[in-house]
Amino acid sequence: MAMFNESEARAILEKTIGFSNADECTASLNGGIEGNVRFARNTVSTSGLVDETTLAVQVAFGKRVGTATINRFDDASLERVVRRAEELARLAPENEEFMPAVDKQDYTATPTFVQATADITPEFRSRVAADSIKPCRDENLVAAGFLSDTRGFVATANSKGNFGYQTLTSMDYTCTVRTADDAGSGWVARNLADASKFDAGREIRTAISKAKGSAEARALEPGKYTVVLEPAAVSGLLMFMLFGFDARQADEGRSFLSKKGGGNRLGEKLFDERVNAFADPSNTDVPVLPWDGDGLVRNRRPIIENGVVRHLNYSRYWAKKQGIDPVPQPGNIIMAGGDKTTEELVASTRRGILVTRTWYIRMVDPQSVLLTGLTRDGTFYIENGEVKYPVKNFRFNESPVIMLNNIEELGKTIRINAGAGVGGGQGIAMMVPAMKVRDFTFTSLSDAV
Amino acid sequence: MDRRNFLTITGLTAAGLMIPLPGRLIAAEALADGRIEVAVKKALADRALTAATAAGASYCDVRIGRYLNQFVVTREDKVQNIVNTESIGAGVRVIANGTWGFAATDSLTPDAIAAAAVQAVAIAKANSIIQTEPVQLAPVKGVGEVSWATPIKKNAMEVPVKDKVDLLLSANAAALAAGANFVNSTLFLVNEQKYFASTDGSYIDQDVHRIWVPMQVTAVDQASGKFRSRSGFGSPMGMGYEYLDADPAERVEMPGGAVSYRHSYNIVEDAAAAARQAREKLTAPSVKPGKYDLVLDPDHLWLTIHESVGHPLELDRVLGYEANFAGTSFATLDKRESGFRYGSDLVTLFADKTQPHSLGAVGYDDEGVPTKRWDLVKDGILVDYQKIRDQAHILGQDASDGCCYADSWSSVQFQRMPNVSLAPGKKALTPEQMIADVEDGIYIIGNGSFSIDQQRYNAQFGGQLFYEIKDGKITGQIEDVAYQIRTPEFWNACTAICDESDYRIGGSFFDGKGQPSQSSAVSHGSSTARFNGINVINTARSLG
Repeated sequence: MAMFNESEARAILEKTIGFSNADECTASLNGGIEGNVRFARNTVSTSGLVDETTLAVQVAFGKRVGTATINRFDDASLERVVRRAEELARLAPENEEFMPAVDKQDYTATPTFVQATADITPEFRSRVAADSIKPCRDENLVAAGFLSDTRGFVATANSKGNFGYQTLTSMDYTCTVRTADDAGSGWVARNLADASKFDAGREIRTAISKAKGSAEARALEPGKYTVVLEPAAVSGLLMFMLFGFDARQADEGRSFLSKKGGGNRLGEKLFDERVNAFADPSNTDVPVLPWDGDGLVRNRRPIIENGVVRHLNYSRYWAKKQGIDPVPQPGNIIMAGGDKTTEELVASTRRGILVTRTWYIRMVDPQSVLLTGLTRDGTFYIENGEVKYPVKNFRFNESPVIMLNNIEELGKTIRINAGAGVGGGQGIAMMVPAMKVRDFTFTSLSDAV
Repeated sequence: MDRRNFLTITGLTAAGLMIPLPGRLIAAEALADGRIEVAVKKALADRALTAATAAGASYCDVRIGRYLNQFVVTREDKVQNIVNTESIGAGVRVIANGTWGFAATDSLTPDAIAAAAVQAVAIAKANSIIQTEPVQLAPVKGVGEVSWATPIKKNAMEVPVKDKVDLLLSANAAALAAGANFVNSTLFLVNEQKYFASTDGSYIDQDVHRIWVPMQVTAVDQASGKFRSRSGFGSPMGMGYEYLDADPAERVEMPGGAVSYRHSYNIVEDAAAAARQAREKLTAPSVKPGKYDLVLDPDHLWLTIHESVGHPLELDRVLGYEANFAGTSFATLDKRESGFRYGSDLVTLFADKTQPHSLGAVGYDDEGVPTKRWDLVKDGILVDYQKIRDQAHILGQDASDGCCYADSWSSVQFQRMPNVSLAPGKKALTPEQMIADVEDGIYIIGNGSFSIDQQRYNAQFGGQLFYEIKDGKITGQIEDVAYQIRTPEFWNACTAICDESDYRIGGSFFDGKGQPSQSSAVSHGSSTARFNGINVINTARSLG
């Protein structure tokens, strides 16, 4: 299915809404093309192209709601999908937490579409695979990687006259390089808005260097260490904590953001005062749609300010119940950092561990956001400002809340994840800094390379 | 999962289950009909096979699928969502110039499916230029026109939505009456109607059903700010709606008073028990870290088996095909050659795609190979891996194990974990007798948090209920328990396994693997087992 332009999308949505006999109707079109190439053992393993466009229709009779979707757009199909949604709504019990569709909103376009990324071809993908594999083969190393790119559009409209349309692109590359004897492993990831700024031949050097440098790792005793976490290592830990920034759970007493005796900790200082994070749909490095899942206008807003919690997610139902104005759900989180490179953070470290990435993170205790996971693909011992030797991977048991109170220094912020989009990443888009943290808790050693 | 839509269905943002929702949503009544006639599917498949062969394919298989899901989502006394989805289409896989090619279409017309076949051949030929390992397929004999269906007694898709809502709300009410502050329960149904045809002469029609009722019950002590949850003990099963019949014959009362369920789940009883146990957790003493003898219930042990045995013995991981995502494996080919001791003499771990009630049970896999049971670890020794047609030659074998799977018509099939289970002990032994022999131990029921490294050595597991064992007796619940293992040491520390009368299966709907990621459903059975001297940590932390 081709990408629909704004007038084509508007015509389909308006026609769809026109078929509805329900009290209200919201329709959205979400379409795009995802291309990918996968390689392993220094050869291409799979390559694919998926082209999907879907129309979703939600209708309501009073508080009874029904949803149906379809991927054909002739008049008969549009009417059928509306009738299906209406049938389901009539069968559904009343939803006491139903909220009516949003009124007409005023969206300001954000720069989520980059032509160079939309122009990625099968030849581009093949070249990325070749540029990743060849230098590895030349040095008797083994590459396994994945490139995925999307171009698409999102359009939304409702029976109250609201309408929005926007195009999006994204590109995500990861590559793992291992030594032929499996003694060393390195990794590199790049998530970019603009594919013209991507050079696999340059990026692969990072993974190659880490693979070669991580062979013959020594075992250190588990315990509390000062760590220099690269941004990819930071993001996994922060993501879990940010999932918990939910007002209803906090108000219900089942969150680390619950207040003893009732209520939540919005407005309290929970982190080091250097912790600052905000959402901004227009940020040029990590732009997201100007509306949230309910159609509310997203704006720039602080999430954490000088260590103080400034934002919790409220569903529109929960906001109404708590007597506050609706709060738009952020699509991105940008955590402020400093000017230092990871190398400079290492240079100022007397004794510590450099962590390339974190892996298989799971919640152990939501009461304290205690997370467990492991280091992977490049873990090194730092002494007197220099990387001395590779060390075996560690398992950590640590809370990001505690981690953000133990900050020594923040490094440069980079884009990690494009967030939810057309066929794109999941969750929230993120930019995070490298971070030096004291007393990070490693609880056991892993023999995994 | 990049190309999937996701929905947070439980309404719990932090603990929410992210459920992939392939396909389009449909009205409830459409779930019970809309099957595609076998004759129609055969004609479409033949068209694709002919087109692929004419375009130069040396092999072709076609999968025509209709995938149905239903979700009924509730919390406390409210229905939050009812969603029906349907996804229909066909995937065509070919070998041309010794290279795989794949293309899929959601248009089930003869021309569209033939075009997909031609496109798959073109992709194979294009990729063959940079291919360095030509495909070698283990032979499989064509089975002609056959069919297989999950042996269900009651098609859950045909049960009225009202009955489902009533059952979930009854469970929620029971939890609230028993002291819960919050309860979330969801019914999740899957029906895969899939047709496979290949140039080997197979035409296989299968109708696969699965059911799962995840539940989470939470107790809050607002004065102290403490909260604790207990998940339901219902397992995802390869069964129909009869799983929810609460047959007392399938009820298993365990030492300490907790109740588990074999092949029939009493969700209302379990909801009330979960509420009581969650409230007890609020005041249970915190574990003293150290070495303990662990007694692991099947409701817990399935996940440890999954992570520390199922994954490391996937041959594609061992070979490096998953190195960039899920990782590789410590169980390298040389270990099989040298008779690596994976576990103690008591430990036999077997793969099985035929086990009744299991999530992985099918008649034939997604490349037309009849399913079977085989040993992975026999009497403690590593003897085999999980492999499909294009991998068998690597081990010098001439047959696939029949464990190839794709999660959609639009996904390319690849090696996926079959059910992997721990064989029951051969001597009569009950959990009560096992516990009576433990001096200083912990009895763990239900699965909690889980994490394992990319080669499957170092793992950490939590649980739902932890009972302290002192001098052969259970003293009561304790909290903040997680144990850490190194896989071979853990399985070599297995000193006792209960007999088959205690055998039960657990499992997951969401085993993720591949890029783009695909989900697979898999079960793991065991009887209660004992592991000596395992490292237990205390997970309590104070945020000040």
